[in-house]
Amino acid sequence: MAVDYIYPDYEIVRNYDRCITCRVCERQCANEAHRYLEDENKMICDDAKCVNCHRCVSLCPTKALKIVKTDHCFKDNANWSGKTIKEIYKQAGSGGVLLSSMGTPENYPVYFDKILLNASQVTNPPIDPLREPMETKVFLGSKSQTVRRDANGRLITDMPPHISLSMPIMFSAMSYGSISYNAHESLARAAEKLGILYNTGEGGLHEDFYKYGASTIVQVASGRFGVHVDYLNSGAAVEIKMGQGAKPGIGGHLPGKKIVGDISKTRMIPEGSDAISPAPHHDIYSIEDLRQLVFSLKEATGYKKPVIVKIAAVHNVSAIASGIARSGADIIAIDGFRGGTGAAPTRIRDNVGIPIELALASVDQRLRNEGIRDQVSIVVGGSIRSSADIVKAVALGADCVYIGTSALLALGCHLCRSCQTGKCNWGIATQREDLVKRLNPNVGYERLVNLVSAWQHEIKEMMGGMGINSIESLKGNRLMLRGVGLNEKELEILGIRHAGE
Amino acid sequence: MRAVRHVIIGNSTAAIGAVEAVRSKDKAGNIVIISNEPHHTYSRPLISYLLAGKTTEEKMKYRGADFYKDNCCELLLGKTVVKLDAAKKEVVLDNGSSVAYDKLLVATGSTPFVPPVKGLDTVKNKLTFTTLDDAHALEAALAEHEKQSEKRAKVLILGAGLIGLKCAEGVSKHADCVCVDLSPRILSSILDDESAPILQSHLEANNIKFILGQQITELNKNTAAISDGTSLPFDILVLAVGVRANISLVKDAGGETNRGILIDEHCKTTLPDIYAAGDCSESTDVSTGEHKVMALLPNAYMQGECAGLNMAEEDTVFNKAIPMNAIGFFGTHVITAGSYTGDVYVEIDEKNLKKLYFADNRLNGFILVGNIEKAGIYTSLIREQTPLDTIDFALICKKPGLMAFSREVRAEKLGGIKAAK
Amino acid sequence: MKRVYVNEKWCLGCHLCEYYCAFAGTNETDMARALKDIKINPKIKIEEHGDISFAVSCRHCDEPLCVKGCITGALTKKDGVITIDKERCIHCYTCILCCPFGAVSPSEDGAIQKCELCVKNSAGVPQCVRGCPNAAIVFEERG
Repeated sequence: MAVDYIYPDYEIVRNYDRCITCRVCERQCANEAHRYLEDENKMICDDAKCVNCHRCVSLCPTKALKIVKTDHCFKDNANWSGKTIKEIYKQAGSGGVLLSSMGTPENYPVYFDKILLNASQVTNPPIDPLREPMETKVFLGSKSQTVRRDANGRLITDMPPHISLSMPIMFSAMSYGSISYNAHESLARAAEKLGILYNTGEGGLHEDFYKYGASTIVQVASGRFGVHVDYLNSGAAVEIKMGQGAKPGIGGHLPGKKIVGDISKTRMIPEGSDAISPAPHHDIYSIEDLRQLVFSLKEATGYKKPVIVKIAAVHNVSAIASGIARSGADIIAIDGFRGGTGAAPTRIRDNVGIPIELALASVDQRLRNEGIRDQVSIVVGGSIRSSADIVKAVALGADCVYIGTSALLALGCHLCRSCQTGKCNWGIATQREDLVKRLNPNVGYERLVNLVSAWQHEIKEMMGGMGINSIESLKGNRLMLRGVGLNEKELEILGIRHAGE
Repeated sequence: MRAVRHVIIGNSTAAIGAVEAVRSKDKAGNIVIISNEPHHTYSRPLISYLLAGKTTEEKMKYRGADFYKDNCCELLLGKTVVKLDAAKKEVVLDNGSSVAYDKLLVATGSTPFVPPVKGLDTVKNKLTFTTLDDAHALEAALAEHEKQSEKRAKVLILGAGLIGLKCAEGVSKHADCVCVDLSPRILSSILDDESAPILQSHLEANNIKFILGQQITELNKNTAAISDGTSLPFDILVLAVGVRANISLVKDAGGETNRGILIDEHCKTTLPDIYAAGDCSESTDVSTGEHKVMALLPNAYMQGECAGLNMAEEDTVFNKAIPMNAIGFFGTHVITAGSYTGDVYVEIDEKNLKKLYFADNRLNGFILVGNIEKAGIYTSLIREQTPLDTIDFALICKKPGLMAFSREVRAEKLGGIKAAK
Repeated sequence: MKRVYVNEKWCLGCHLCEYYCAFAGTNETDMARALKDIKINPKIKIEEHGDISFAVSCRHCDEPLCVKGCITGALTKKDGVITIDKERCIHCYTCILCCPFGAVSPSEDGAIQKCELCVKNSAGVPQCVRGCPNAAIVFEERG
């Protein structure tokens, strides 16, 4: 056997005083890290197989297990970190592109954490959300620019199509294929219950889920998988995916071995054929081309559904957003570089794109400056981790946020970032039947509803504190924000003052 | 409306089943229990456990001390019914008095059969073994022997059936037992040539001896002459060759009887308003379709219950009687049910045996010795007459379980989800 | 009447219900202490075959054949729960012969054991349900 250059990242620590050899760890590990020795009545483990997903830790009834980071190390080197060295070993061994999943774990600044919220004191008193009505409802879509009246002087109310949401939160696009049927069902049912929307991603819509259509955004991506006229008309809105925060500028590739059964049917491609989403839409090379697709989709849906254009946050995002606003799109979705993915080349994920906070602030400002902010709503995603992030995003100018990773965490994801292996022990990012069944949508849906409801309460609390009783009054209200530890340039882009100012 | 008068002859399993059933529907009616035994209802099969010291008279009570009070029963214990007058709707007791009924249940059970062996009258210590009084008598005889002799008592048991073997087990601590049976194998009514020897060797290992395929030709005080020419000394003789259903009351009153009192699916006799249940009755064995006496405790309860419900005007059918037995000796368990006809699936090793008999897409019967896990799954196949092509029969043969049924059946059984028809 | 219902669609075959059941029977407060080096004999048991698995425990039938068949009166049904009086059980296993679910089994001391919905132990509510990580076993009222 060739020398294995790579020492396992994690160690499975078993407290043998507490282990009752129930073997649940063994049964639950799709990576086969645990093994039972019959004759010794003892569990053993193989650290090299552990992805640190905590399935065994969570299910161990006696809490006999924990996973620790190995303290095995390379010689200290501020330049050549252990991680860097290991990646080189890996590529030298495989000759392949490094693959990763979920959002980048690299240590880039998180601007949300450097922004603080305001609260009312003495004048403009705070509002108690338990005693006063507090409105979190939002409408997404193009707003009328002028007040129009008919010959008799009555208001003309024929608004462009809108999405109505009980709060400024939607579940971001995750395709059936990248996540499981049960994860999809959980999201769909939770969205329906919560009065918000979820997003099909580019995998099409399983026939079982058409009944949740009023809570669904149907996506059209560069591979056009699963797109047909019934699909487009089944949702509450149509989203054109131009890019994804985790992998701006590149397409996607779902290997043929995952294109089986219902997934092949839903995507409308033959079983076993690779599902390749090209980097560009091959019919879009300009804003004018985009406009054609926007109106093709509006035409196909009778101008009844708002069209969303989703892009990754990249360097010239505000100019692109301006173009999108002029393309006829009703909503712009911007995905920050920390956004999640089922699989992306590591180098792209960790080095391409810009933080969502900066992208959002600059897009909002640009559209305002151009006087077209009301033509479109702005939805932002790419690592919204809490209700505080949402409140800050809205104050920076967002109409609504997309949450993806947070939703998956609610479903049990432990951010082991091994989605690309297809062996998700939590039944989320997998199509293996025995693993998919581990996510009971009755449980998953309830956890999602819990999470989002809790966030809604917190949003109301924070709004109340600021003396604001409607989320609309918070939108773009950057006076409610202050930066800490940010330099002049950052404050300028964010359009906020420093704390103490 | 006048309260209905329910009269029950008997005070054992079938009678209790009837009381509980009547009371579940008719709170106001009168219930009169007449029994020739003076005892609170007790579980007959426990008499051998009483001998072995594994239970007490208190724990043998089949129902709690307040049972009759709670169920408002009038008790006539120690009274024997001598005549049944179906026309007058009354029963006559041995003291000459009569008891009128609206609905009558005959649950008179059975009486041990005493074979006409030559010289039986010369034997001082002879008894049968089906009642609490029998157990007391045997206990007393053993105690008496212990007083007079330093040697362990020799108990000779005629019959190696359920009663005989249970008796042997019960006294084996205090006495040396020998069972004599005309049949070449023990438990001949429920075991076959393959299963009987497994249990027999286990019993022999526990100091019970057998003389099989032979009979007692003559008795002379404390010696028995065996048909193989040997003779056998004994201190106590237990006669356990079988029982006969007590059918005379119904027979004399003009009801149809065979070996037992004939009853239909409602546990009704051929006489108006007269029901019969338990060991005295004869009903249809679903595993064969034959009419027979199935003197088994669970059947007795369920027949009594069915009779009771019908007596309380609750139209009920009990048509799932099959012969079935669960019995254990010195820690080895035997469970059998149904009839042993058709093709057979066999698993056998030194201490365990499994035989499943099937034909015409149905399970007819089974014998389990040793490993009796989930035996009820097999019983249910017979009771419910489950078509074997609707289940994974190969799997269920190896491993009794719900796994062999369809997903829909399981969803109904375990999930409470009724299959869409 | 609340009952334990099992949905095999969500059963993972993890066997945790069995361990929580066995633990509940010990009345210990710490599972590791209670079950260390013990071969458990739970009242709920998983059936497994291929990729199908499900838990089986007493259904507390409306027509309980075990209770009707019990030769000693040790098995009784009260308030919808079938319980066993181990003192009165004589180890004849007629209930095992009768139970169509295979939900009655011998315990270590020879007396039979069956699910009693944890009414007798300190848990008070069925621990198999609490221990199931995927809501494949639920304890609820159904029509």
